[in-house]
Amino acid sequence: MVAYYYLAMDKVFKALADETRRQLLDRLHADNGQTLGQLCEHLAMTRQAVTKHLVLLEEANLVATVRRGREKLHYLNPVPIHEIAERWIGKFERHRLQALSDLKRNLESSDE
Amino acid sequence: MNKPSFVYVTYIRSTPEKVWDAITDIKISGQYWGGGCHRNVSDWKAGSKWEHQRNDESGVADVVGTVIESKRPGRLVITWAAPSEAADPEKTSRVVFEIEPHKDDVVRLTVTHSELEPGSDMLRGISSGWPLVLSSLKSFLETGKVVPK
Repeated sequence: MVAYYYLAMDKVFKALADETRRQLLDRLHADNGQTLGQLCEHLAMTRQAVTKHLVLLEEANLVATVRRGREKLHYLNPVPIHEIAERWIGKFERHRLQALSDLKRNLESSDE
Repeated sequence: MNKPSFVYVTYIRSTPEKVWDAITDIKISGQYWGGGCHRNVSDWKAGSKWEHQRNDESGVADVVGTVIESKRPGRLVITWAAPSEAADPEKTSRVVFEIEPHKDDVVRLTVTHSELEPGSDMLRGISSGWPLVLSSLKSFLETGKVVPK
């Protein structure tokens, strides 16, 4: 139980510890359900390199895929990130943390 | 068919039957869904209605729909709408639960939500709702603990 849990969490942190993979997640967050071709469009990388990153993201369960006809669509799966947050954020902290991040966002955007 | 709006996957140390029952049983769903605030009610036969009810005496339904396909423990397909919009096909979306053995004693649960109306409140609610429900479900089945709302 414990080993399985930590192994899964290791994969998530390793997958997130890379700028390109975070970029891929950002792109799916902005537009969920993209093909490999669509994901490659704005990245200065070969298809093979992007495929490798997507495989790591899928193994970490951060990306889920669905077949639609001949296409394979990639979806952001935030469930493991949610589990990580649940682990360290206490029951009564959530609202205070939300208030802090709203404050930060407001102050930072008013500088512009 | 339009592409799905969301696809959520979680791996749970459990059996497909237990995962199915946790989603469909009025008493079990009422223990973890939304921190125990909601429960799912239906006889889960194809063609039957189902309701996502508040877990109190009022039993008010916040989501309603029809069971389209029901094959315990592997596949459940339902429609999903706010009660006030249930008559409007444009505002009715579709949820597929797929429960399959992964390896050893781990089950893979995939929730696919499609045909959501772009820009709707339902779409916004869904995108923060499912990850919470799925991690609560996982934690409930694996540890018996409920993730607080």
